[in-house]
Amino acid sequence: MSAGGTGFRDLRSDFPLLAASPELVYLDSAATSQKPRAVLNAIREYYATANANPHRGAYKLSGAATDAYHGARREIARFLGAADPDTLIFTRGTTESMNLLATAWGLTHVHRGDRVVVTRLEHHANFVTWQQLARAVGAEFRICELTPDGQVDLDQLRLLVTANTRVVAFGHVSNALGTINDVREIVRIAHAIGAVAFCDGAQGAPHLRVGFEQLGVDAYAFSGHKMLGPMGIGGVIVRRRILDAMHPYQFGGDMIEFVFDGDSTWNVLPHKFEAGTPNVEGAVGLAAAVRYLDALGMDAVRAHEVTLTRYAMEQLATIEGLHLFGPASAEARSGVVSFTLGDIHPHDLSTMLDVDGICVRAGHHCAQPLMRALHVTSTVRASFYVYNTAEDVDALVASLRKAQVRFHAHVG
Amino acid sequence: MRWSRRCGRRRCGSMPTSADPGSGATGKGADAGLAALYQERILDHYRRPRHKGTLDRATGVHGVKNPLCGDDVTVAVLMRDDIVVEARYTGTGCSIMQATASMLMGLVHGRARGEIETLARRFDAMLTSGTADAALGELDALAGVATFKARHKCARLPWQALLRALADGGR
Repeated sequence: MSAGGTGFRDLRSDFPLLAASPELVYLDSAATSQKPRAVLNAIREYYATANANPHRGAYKLSGAATDAYHGARREIARFLGAADPDTLIFTRGTTESMNLLATAWGLTHVHRGDRVVVTRLEHHANFVTWQQLARAVGAEFRICELTPDGQVDLDQLRLLVTANTRVVAFGHVSNALGTINDVREIVRIAHAIGAVAFCDGAQGAPHLRVGFEQLGVDAYAFSGHKMLGPMGIGGVIVRRRILDAMHPYQFGGDMIEFVFDGDSTWNVLPHKFEAGTPNVEGAVGLAAAVRYLDALGMDAVRAHEVTLTRYAMEQLATIEGLHLFGPASAEARSGVVSFTLGDIHPHDLSTMLDVDGICVRAGHHCAQPLMRALHVTSTVRASFYVYNTAEDVDALVASLRKAQVRFHAHVG
Repeated sequence: MRWSRRCGRRRCGSMPTSADPGSGATGKGADAGLAALYQERILDHYRRPRHKGTLDRATGVHGVKNPLCGDDVTVAVLMRDDIVVEARYTGTGCSIMQATASMLMGLVHGRARGEIETLARRFDAMLTSGTADAALGELDALAGVATFKARHKCARLPWQALLRALADGGR
């Protein structure tokens, strides 16, 4: 069965939580995605057949755990288009990845008088990290503003990225507005003066074919739980020459080579940046998630989301008083619609939608600097993924109309 | 969380208008829960707030902010011999926060600080139990918030500002 004419069969039956809750309309995948059965099974299978501490034991079972962990790394690296799997460092997610870069690279490569550039679209994870690095080392922290339809103003970026700029940190896709950035152009601007380009891919990797090598970025961070994988696993792919020039992020087991009384030496990549017992369960689960996405095909995933987003934008435009933020075309955004409805407070609105079984996010979306620029304190955000259908959009629109009637019947 | 069977597609129920504080926030009776949350008295205070403004001669002023939604409320009180002579609020936020603030300023008028602290505990208890408490005057309308845990913070925000303003004023 086609899901609302977008070409996908209805995938709800693959997702145990959605299959068990037929009435639920889950429109908060930009916060976290639901998990397919294949991911849950892979985690169970790992613990039932291959669980041991990787890299430690000389026994066969530890070898099985090591193979599971690094096999997952290879699969995820291939999915993201990275040629060298050992440059994929597993972390807890994008937030830890950006902290890793700002700490292990930033503290030794950004100095007093240098410049750090981010954009107005950034999630706090990619904003506060660089803001605080700049404060710590005495560098200048600059924010590239947006065009009126919520895209990074590339003309301003060209002016902001001056010879003393060391890093341009930017999101692939805005979590709050869905804006898809022109990554290659931003990379060109950064590289033209010798700055590195670090990309927050938390909202990119789940929805777009990444192609790390083609994008040209120096680092690409991602979160497993937003791309059908488990929570607590994610990573960052970094150019080898940058990783080699970086000091370790954390110290402990696995990341060392020799430990002397006075000093230590470091293990090879990727171990140098993965201190302690790794999250094998997470890596194995995320590998199952990327296999699931691969089977659907990332081009089909993207086509499905564009169709749904276009339909949602058309339908939302029919609601009087609804103000939609972000790019005017569905092609310029991932599956995100962020809006306000008249003078109904976003939290009041999300409570009314919740009563109809519709899960949306209301708030500042971890992007307070962006909310200030939009002159709002919060918006309602609905975000789509592979399991959503046109019927979910219809339910959202119907519930919004109902909320409007309820609110204004009493207070109009 | 359990959800009833997906019926064809969506919404089998109609939209009741009477308040039913006993109902849950999901499943059957959800619309009744919503009616209890957004009952007329709350929306009326939201739209036509009472006691909104500042006080020139305030003995205590305190502002609090909910970082999750950006809502903020500032309460100003004028105390004389430990009694609230006048209370006003300013701020922006959702209907629950605004209505609570509007009703609360009326409730505390002429009351002693100790008495208000007791009422604060009773209000917290009402948010937990969902049972309307007549001692809270108009604020008993907020009992419907009980089933919406994510909104408790909205109803508590004006109380937090008030209690801090009272503490300032008492010095």
